[in-house]
Amino acid sequence: MTVITADFRSGQFTSRWLAPAALVAVAYLVLPFIGSTYIYEAILMPFLALSLAGVGLNLLTGYAGQVSLGSAAFMAVGAFAAYNFNLRVDGLPLIVSILLAGLSAAAIGIVFGLPSLRLKGFYLAVSTLAAQFFVQWTLTKFSWFSNDSASGVIDAPPLTLAGVEFTGPVGRYLFSLTVVVVLTFLAHRLTTSQTGRNFIAVRDNETAARIIGVPVLKTKLLAFAISSFIIAVAGVLWAFAYLRTVEPAGFNLDRSFQILFIIIIGGLASTRGAFLGAALIVVFPLVLSRLGSFLLGDLFDSGVLDMSQRIVLGALIILFLILEPDGLSSLWGKIRRRLGSADGRAA
Amino acid sequence: MPAANYSYDDVLVTGASSQDVVEKISRSSALLGDQKDGAKGAAPIPALTLHGISLSFGGVAALVDVDLSIRPREIRAIIGPNGAGKSSLINVISGVYRADHGTVVIGPTSYRHVKTERLASLGVARTFQNLALFKGLSVIDNVVAGRAHTVRSSFAGQILGLGRARREEADGRARADKILKFLHLNHVGDRLVGTLPYGLQKRVELARALVAEPKILLLDEPMAGMTASEKHDMADFIRAAREQYDTTVILIEHDIGLVMQLSDRVAVLDYGRKIADGTPDEIRSDQRVIDAYLGVVAENEDGEGI
Amino acid sequence: MADFDWLFLIEVLVGGLLSGIMYSLVAIGFVLIYKTSGVLNFAQGSMLLFAALTFVSLVERGVPFVLALAITFAAMVLIGIAVERTVLRPLTNKPPITLFMATLGLSYIIEGAAQLTWGTQVHALELGIEDIPFDLGGVFISQFDLFAAAVAAVMVVALSGFFRYTRVGLAFRAVADDQFAALAVGLKLPWIWATVWAAAGIVALVAGLLWGARLGVQFSLSLVVLKALPVLVLGGFDSILGAIVGGLLIGAVEKLAEVYVGEYFGGGIESWIAYVAALAFLLIRPSGLFGQKLVERV
Repeated sequence: MTVITADFRSGQFTSRWLAPAALVAVAYLVLPFIGSTYIYEAILMPFLALSLAGVGLNLLTGYAGQVSLGSAAFMAVGAFAAYNFNLRVDGLPLIVSILLAGLSAAAIGIVFGLPSLRLKGFYLAVSTLAAQFFVQWTLTKFSWFSNDSASGVIDAPPLTLAGVEFTGPVGRYLFSLTVVVVLTFLAHRLTTSQTGRNFIAVRDNETAARIIGVPVLKTKLLAFAISSFIIAVAGVLWAFAYLRTVEPAGFNLDRSFQILFIIIIGGLASTRGAFLGAALIVVFPLVLSRLGSFLLGDLFDSGVLDMSQRIVLGALIILFLILEPDGLSSLWGKIRRRLGSADGRAA
Repeated sequence: MPAANYSYDDVLVTGASSQDVVEKISRSSALLGDQKDGAKGAAPIPALTLHGISLSFGGVAALVDVDLSIRPREIRAIIGPNGAGKSSLINVISGVYRADHGTVVIGPTSYRHVKTERLASLGVARTFQNLALFKGLSVIDNVVAGRAHTVRSSFAGQILGLGRARREEADGRARADKILKFLHLNHVGDRLVGTLPYGLQKRVELARALVAEPKILLLDEPMAGMTASEKHDMADFIRAAREQYDTTVILIEHDIGLVMQLSDRVAVLDYGRKIADGTPDEIRSDQRVIDAYLGVVAENEDGEGI
Repeated sequence: MADFDWLFLIEVLVGGLLSGIMYSLVAIGFVLIYKTSGVLNFAQGSMLLFAALTFVSLVERGVPFVLALAITFAAMVLIGIAVERTVLRPLTNKPPITLFMATLGLSYIIEGAAQLTWGTQVHALELGIEDIPFDLGGVFISQFDLFAAAVAAVMVVALSGFFRYTRVGLAFRAVADDQFAALAVGLKLPWIWATVWAAAGIVALVAGLLWGARLGVQFSLSLVVLKALPVLVLGGFDSILGAIVGGLLIGAVEKLAEVYVGEYFGGGIESWIAYVAALAFLLIRPSGLFGQKLVERV
């Protein structure tokens, strides 16, 4: 796949920043006032959590070229670790629990990333499944993680930041938004840094990278660590802000595939691609179910919906791989150029 | 003096008996001896030496007992018919292949197996026969990547834009800009490297190798697939690089005519063995070389490739 | 260790080996496709589900066994042809990871279509083999497992013979070796790939029937693909022999671990032990037991 190059020119305030800045402004200043509970609960919050997970996975798979099929496991680690740190360490601010959860996930990411030093392609993908299954099993098996709750399902703690409690749909939405904006910004900075360049070098030609002095070992492990950190935080948002429960079930293989689909559809190695992909993934089942019940009425029960969703999703993947392998992000770029936008540079 | 290119380790590692060492020392003196005739005068200590390199792939011998010595600042060509083992030699020097026998001496240190990750810090850079650029990066980023071995800042420092990271990045870009200008590539600096024509991509690879300001430059068919005028330009760039950066150049090329004009000394490989080693004039008239190429050598002085 | 229950150990081992054969059956389908086109077909599991579901639904609607088999057979062949035309052809020359992701999408489509067509209920599948334990000198072996092993053996022999002694098999090997060379001697690639996918479909059918008889035909059947992956990793992605040996090893390790080590972990380790074992093995031999070593040419 040809991949859109990141813009490595140092911090000029080019017109490229205008659109994202405007979107963030709208997200903060407009959306909290005009949305309905449904919009926040069913659309915006899953969108934000999944986008962040996409940003994280993108660093590992899109930029550093290490395929991972176990991302949901790291979301689970994030959610459960944050829950346990928050529960068991008295007086720890939630933000610190989240940070520690991220660091735990980073450490685990490094362990499961070690095989990448010897394995490539499919072999590596298969070994990331080891992470997926092992983590899921561990969290289900040892009830300590769920605070020995009888049902295995636990309530998420309230969201507080610097003493301010973020309750209600709008509150949780703003909390998620802030976390996502900050981490996305930092992730983007990474992609345009020397480290980001090293990621791409290792992805595109590992031998040449080694020869010119890129520290391949360190680079790969760093990719696993940082990506796991971000995905873990996404898991925290998913559980604490969106679902408001913490359970292993939602972090299964299907979720891992979902995040992979997000970055493929959105466009590999593209930060905004994660957002475009997540938007599609979140919105299309809702559209499909409306469309289905409109066209087929009662025939369209939840079973039919589930199956049709699978079919359409699978078809979308294949369609994107064939027609637009660089994803929505590249499509977006083409449309903008077609409309004669001022931003005519690469990506 | 031979002591410069022999370490105690060398004797240990190759398990050489003292008799062998004496033999090798006298052999290397002979190599140093031809410094008297031909080429640029340079310090007597070779920039790079190969001793008895042998390599085979599952029974097929790629290299058989190859000795080679390269003086600092010289342009040394390695030629030979297809399959003679030229690329394998470069790959052994750069640690991509592991020789079955023999040692590589770079500077004062002798290696049984060169570690690829140490190449850059040893001051060795190379280009590749089949291009090994980073397709996802622009031209200038590919070149800046050549400075990767000098980066000391952490990823956190880079994300936050702290002082050292900023300085390193600015330094890398400045050097890359300089090299791009030097190689007439600044007009395509921001383009995705995969979109460039082949000849320019080859030049970008040269730029990436040069930006590291290497002491030793290994060029694996840098002019393959180029037009005559592109080849001419490339040859000029290689010469200029030697002048400007005091680089020692080891060059594999098929275009015999160009090789003869460009190099100070030429080594000829055939079926993995070195069959001749000397100045272009000596090689041109060496019967063994002519036989190896089936008499094609003399006909290619106008620069046509084989 | 005088009173260590050796008989029980053998029983567990044999049981593990036999269940490993079942894994091998699924893995062989992968190997077929990977060997000829370099594609890791994640949809193999969903093809298994589709085959089993189609067959069992036809039988439940009164279609005779053999006819149902024939119809399902035809359906799998058609799927193979359709996949070649709509998915593989547009994606020729794309990197293997792209094709893998396409098969991921394909698996979603096939799973969805299978259940949309035939429904999502669980079906029992009767093959006429009773699962009565067979007493062999104090060791109890499942009759069904033996039957499955026999089927697998027949299939391996048939496939090996096919590859070695028939023209079509030769063509497959040629394509696996060097696509361009195969093209140069006039082999028609699209036709070959359609055939390979159809063949993999038939392997999926056989495996689907056996697994369906064992587990019942339901959605989770498509998840057997996840058991085949460690087998492939161990045995190499392009070796049928590797699929067998890998399957035996994984089956044995899994069963033994489950019985003897599982209690220390609180049980349920089958979900990941195969992967961890394969992973540990990979770190020693990155291309598996019989897989082709990847030589990077610079």
